Amino acid sequence: MATKVSNPSADLPVFLSFKEVWRNRGRFLLFSLVIALITLLVLFIAALGEGLGNGNREYLAKLDAQLLVYSEKSDFLIAASRVDPALSTSIRRVPGVENAGPLGTSSVNLVSRESGQTLKISLIGAEPGRPGLPPVISGQPLRASKANEMIIDSNVAERSDIKVGDTVVVQSTQGTDTEEYRLRVIGLTDSRQYSLAPTAFVPFQTWDKVRPKSQAEVNSNNPTANVIAVRVSNPAEMEVVEARIFENIQNVETATIEKAIQNVPGYSAQQSTIQTQGVFTLFIGLLVIGGFFQIQVLQKVPQIGVLKAIGAPNPVIAAASVLQILIVTALGVAIGGLLTFLFSLSFPPTVPIVFNGQRTLLALGLLLLIGPVGGLVSIRYAVRIEPLKALGLSS
Amino acid sequence: MDAQIMEAATAYEIKPRQAVALETRRVAKTYPSDLGLIRAVDDVSFEVRQGEFVALVGPSGSGKTTMLAMLAALLSPSSGQLLLDGMDLAQMSDIERVRLRREKIGFTFQANNLVPYLTALENVELMLRLNGRLDKAGRVRSQELLARLGLGERMANLPSQMSGGQQQRVAIARALIHNPSLVLADEPTASLDTERAYQVVETFANLIHENNRAGIMVTHDLRMVTYTDRVLQMRDGKLVKQYVTREEIEGLAGGRLEH
Repeated sequence: MATKVSNPSADLPVFLSFKEVWRNRGRFLLFSLVIALITLLVLFIAALGEGLGNGNREYLAKLDAQLLVYSEKSDFLIAASRVDPALSTSIRRVPGVENAGPLGTSSVNLVSRESGQTLKISLIGAEPGRPGLPPVISGQPLRASKANEMIIDSNVAERSDIKVGDTVVVQSTQGTDTEEYRLRVIGLTDSRQYSLAPTAFVPFQTWDKVRPKSQAEVNSNNPTANVIAVRVSNPAEMEVVEARIFENIQNVETATIEKAIQNVPGYSAQQSTIQTQGVFTLFIGLLVIGGFFQIQVLQKVPQIGVLKAIGAPNPVIAAASVLQILIVTALGVAIGGLLTFLFSLSFPPTVPIVFNGQRTLLALGLLLLIGPVGGLVSIRYAVRIEPLKALGLSS
Repeated sequence: MDAQIMEAATAYEIKPRQAVALETRRVAKTYPSDLGLIRAVDDVSFEVRQGEFVALVGPSGSGKTTMLAMLAALLSPSSGQLLLDGMDLAQMSDIERVRLRREKIGFTFQANNLVPYLTALENVELMLRLNGRLDKAGRVRSQELLARLGLGERMANLPSQMSGGQQQRVAIARALIHNPSLVLADEPTASLDTERAYQVVETFANLIHENNRAGIMVTHDLRMVTYTDRVLQMRDGKLVKQYVTREEIEGLAGGRLEH
């Protein structure tokens, strides 16, 4: 054998791949733009999924409770559940329960007194000192049970001119009349959407007074809550506590917050639809990238044959191909990410897209991965090209 | 045969006692086919000395390209020995062959010779990079060789910006820059007009003689053999005739292929 072994320079794949991309930059840039558009689409789908998911989930996900108690046969639908708020007193006596309080949810119109602007919001009632009311980031928290006071979430503030200190009008239909109630906004909390709407919080008794009601409810004096929010002393014992509530309280069913979220009407269906779209878009990306590089390799058969004939080993050919795919994909994803960011700046806050979610990161990771995966076939093909092709021969 | 080479040497100033660089011993290549075994190359033996430029001629299907592929370590023979610098190519593993190709062999092809996205200089230097030997001296040598081949102004050009003849000359520089033991050329003039074809082959011959390499050129264009030291004629896979004297070679170049 040869006495002196000479191996290719370590940077040879880098040299070859960068030179090829740079000297064909028009073609590769065009392809990076295709990847950028796929990235844009995937990121938007991910952000929309996150945004819509938040819209349904946010209040519940941030709730300072671990369990919800529903009326029996409510199918874990908060809006369909009707419980006596006094039930929370019995639940608080169940060992392992730290605190519990009634929650009421409804949809009302909020009218700014300054501009007359109307905003459709979710109005949530919870007892001060019990689970269900969010901490405020400015202003005062709700303290008095019957006060005509309100906390708004940041979405209300963003979408209207309502601010802490304002007096607002809550419009709701009670029986056949539209009633108006004046409340003072005393605090602001972070984003806590519920039912895809901006959210405001009032003391439970105030909620029971101002919420939309049927004629029967107007005539009745019994307050009704939707669910009881339960905070357990030790989250590790949640299942035990859940079982105890079920044993001790009649005619109820319980759900963890996670289960409650999954049972929000349309939530699961919406999320799986969006996820399917995302997966398919990624799959299309995979095929497009795979196809492009495969065609590229087919065009380069004689050239790769010559490289091998003059002694370029397979690892060099494979590494150069992988690097090239990585360069083009990374560039495409970077451009796509930038485009997405620029586009997102132009969206009004009402469009439910959220880019800071884990999903965006996951999507970016997957997008970077589909390049090399999509290109695998072409790399394998390149490695298998016979150097004899340089002579126009094949074995 | 030695006597013949001596005779050729006096005619063409070859040093007679140069060592044998390449030797083939009863090399054969057979392929299975529907019609039975095809003997593409059949019992071919010859040797090429350092500093000797040999032409391999013959009609298409005569086995000359298959022979070249075996000499280039791209194909292993079915039987026989192929000794380059004393090493038997037939016994080598695939990895050893790849290494041998970049270390010991220089190659020019008919077409698609150059890497299209590398400049003339980068294409030449590629051979040094492949051997992990591109240093300042190597870069200077590459530039000098290209200048010597009349491509001093073309070093930064991509192949697409050069004529066919210029591309072939870059390929010649690439084939020689790493000081291989054996330089192979597959139809180097196929895409060139007559004048450029003569220039390219003459340059090739000069460099092989100067650098004391063994050179083999496969060509169908008999006029080009005028620059070679010896001509091997193949037919039906067999080596049928050698043209050794100047007179024989010039006769062949003039169009007299004996059958």
